[in-house]
Amino acid sequence: MGLEEVWFILIAVLFTGYFVLEGFDFGVGMLMPVLGRRKDADGDTRRRVVLNTIGPVWDGNEVWLITAGGALFAAFPEWYATLFSGFYLPLLLILVALIVRICAIEYRGKIDDDTWRRRCDWGIVFGSWVPAVLWGVAFANIVRGVDINAEKQVTSSLLDLLNPYALLGGLTTALVFALHGAVFLALKTADDVRVDAVELATRLALPTVPVAGGFVLWTQLAYGKGWTWILVVAAAAALVGVIALTRAGREGWAFALTSIAVVASVVLLFASLFPEVMPSTLDAAYSLTIDNASSSPYTLKVMTWAAAFLTPVVLIYQGWTYWVFRQRISTKHIPPSIGLPLGRR
Amino acid sequence: MDTLDVSRWQFGITTVYHFILVPLTIGLAPLIAAMQTMWVVTGKTHWYRLTKFFGKLFLINFALGVATGIVQEFQFGMNWSEYSRFVGDVFGAPLALEGLVAFFLESTFLGLWIFGWGRLPKLVHLATIWLVAIGVNASAYFIIAANSFMQHPVGATYNPDTGRAELTSIWALLTNNTAMAAFPHAVAGAFLTAGTFVAGIAGWWMVRSMRRAKTATAPEAAKLEGDARTMFRPAARLSLLVVIAAGAALVFTGDVQGKLMFEQQPMKMASAESLCHTATDPDFSILTVGTHNNCDGVTHVLDVPFVLSYLAEGEFTGVTLQGVEDLQAQYEEQFGPGNYRPNLFVTYWSFRAMIGLAAGSALLAVAGLWLTRGGRVPDQKWFSWLSVAAIPTPFLANSAGWIFTEMGRQPWVVAPNPTGVDMIRLTVDQGVSHHSVWTVWFSLITFTLLYGALGVVWFKLIRRYAVEGPLEHDAHPPGDDEEPEEPDTPKQLSFAY
Repeated sequence: MGLEEVWFILIAVLFTGYFVLEGFDFGVGMLMPVLGRRKDADGDTRRRVVLNTIGPVWDGNEVWLITAGGALFAAFPEWYATLFSGFYLPLLLILVALIVRICAIEYRGKIDDDTWRRRCDWGIVFGSWVPAVLWGVAFANIVRGVDINAEKQVTSSLLDLLNPYALLGGLTTALVFALHGAVFLALKTADDVRVDAVELATRLALPTVPVAGGFVLWTQLAYGKGWTWILVVAAAAALVGVIALTRAGREGWAFALTSIAVVASVVLLFASLFPEVMPSTLDAAYSLTIDNASSSPYTLKVMTWAAAFLTPVVLIYQGWTYWVFRQRISTKHIPPSIGLPLGRR
Repeated sequence: MDTLDVSRWQFGITTVYHFILVPLTIGLAPLIAAMQTMWVVTGKTHWYRLTKFFGKLFLINFALGVATGIVQEFQFGMNWSEYSRFVGDVFGAPLALEGLVAFFLESTFLGLWIFGWGRLPKLVHLATIWLVAIGVNASAYFIIAANSFMQHPVGATYNPDTGRAELTSIWALLTNNTAMAAFPHAVAGAFLTAGTFVAGIAGWWMVRSMRRAKTATAPEAAKLEGDARTMFRPAARLSLLVVIAAGAALVFTGDVQGKLMFEQQPMKMASAESLCHTATDPDFSILTVGTHNNCDGVTHVLDVPFVLSYLAEGEFTGVTLQGVEDLQAQYEEQFGPGNYRPNLFVTYWSFRAMIGLAAGSALLAVAGLWLTRGGRVPDQKWFSWLSVAAIPTPFLANSAGWIFTEMGRQPWVVAPNPTGVDMIRLTVDQGVSHHSVWTVWFSLITFTLLYGALGVVWFKLIRRYAVEGPLEHDAHPPGDDEEPEEPDTPKQLSFAY
């Protein structure tokens, strides 16, 4: 196996890590208002329970995207350049959403004021929904192919990117991430928030299974390879299993299954792409492949050593963080707000 | 304006914005780690309170720093795709390393630090903030190594078959002498920023507490004076010593960097001095007047002899320096027709602003260390004014320095290395993406408005928390005086969003 293949796999690993980890972050953000809307309990405390399940880890999860971007730049500069200049407006929207989300999460508790908190909640919800949908649209379009001319420029318009397959992809990622988040919440919370999260997860699974199943099947039939049928089956089986396991109170296993569903889907997308990285719909000769888009052998070799040594270290300490904060949270664990009132003392 | 201009404005605005926040993060993380270490070692509660107080300001700043940094990672591909194709083989490596080595480290351990109070053992918790401090500085190293390649490309060769620069030695890239000078210079600037920030706030609080004590009731007055004496004074003195050390490091590394620039990017330095024509032992210019974007309108008003020769080569006489017009003629011969002059006005004045603005921190350091000598605690009103006024100066100096560095390299995006591979060079118009001008306008406006709004929120939060001072909530370390709880009541989180 050449280093180009290795790096194709590593890029896929980084994006898979990003979608597994940020998938439930997005889900948590998307579902925060739903789980915090109950009348009988203090809504704000419930929203804080939801938010704090990802409190110590969301920032580290997001770095998977930054590193994936950096790795793409280092290993496949042509892919990086064509992708990000070609998908300009969707990427701009994703960046805006991420910026808003970061600040909303961090600043929410800083001021003790209902209007302030409501605005931050909007930021979190917006910042979670937009990337959850748009990453699906973007990756579906990468697999489907866009108009790439001889100069490696994407000439597809924004409307071209909103084709049925890509829209189904966006709907799929949104639903899968929401389900992934709901199961994560069921795993990480206690008492009535947990009960509601279980309920929400089972309800979300109902539309998710057919929609995600449809998207995965479409991908397989239109772009898949023989062996990727395994992934289709794995993703579908995992999603179906989620319902039963969540109902039975086995949230840990249910979370493992939604993670498997995300992994299988992302791997399916990358496997369908291989050995191309951005197929051109204009002429197959214009397609970017792992060979014509990659860096020089020396760069790939250096980066391989770096990744081989550093990735396990990162996995160990990130895993340790999850272990440190493994306890379930309930409304009883949430301390009173220590934010300052808006005006000066 | 065409796509190139809008793209340049966009990169400038977003980068300068990012670098308002970055130096405070880089400098403040180690300072907070030092404060927490003092608490862990001495057990004195006021160091704990200081850690929490400045920790809150640090987190407010960190959030926006991260948010604005994400854009940078993708902007190369979005707006500068041709540049990315040309140098990706080289430039991508330090960026990916930055993610793998530094970003993961800082983000993961910052989460552990924020939420780990009272949950992690004291020493493990202390280690988390030190790892954050290492992470933020490591990220500075990698990104500056990447930037230094654009200023002085090394460790790469040109492949005529692919038409791009290709990495030949990661070691040469990471030990680029430009990076070896720029990295400590930027870090010293960051320490100056954070030192001035902490000293400014602590100085203001010292005066405020002492003056309030005069009109307060006896127990309240004792508490206020106690805070000023045992908490804000040590914080101010610690950070002022950091300012002194950082200032010395800035002068030294700045001098090294200047000498390298005269050698590697003579056009940048000629432009910084408004030195239009090649001369032997030219004077150092303090003030010029004129329209100034070109050599025709420049009149030197105030000059100092010997300084410039020393800055350039470490000799007082016998130094010949090339002028802008002569370099222009030389470049035209070398690289073909074109305008190879940077904006003379911006380079000239940003260079002077960078150096001149350091006076704010220097003034605060001298006044602060003098007023706190021998156990004294100042209550002079003017000192509280000076403390507050000094805070923005290093931020502005950082911006001025980067504006000088980056605009001085124009029109190049990869400046040719006079002793390197000749073909590794790219002008900005060759590096820009082929977008319509409206596309780039749209993103420019979006980012500017969003950043503007968030900047206001950031400033208000920082001010609000600085004016509030150390919180009652943080008066005692967790686990210090907790009453024994009922076994079945869950322990509340020490921190929750």
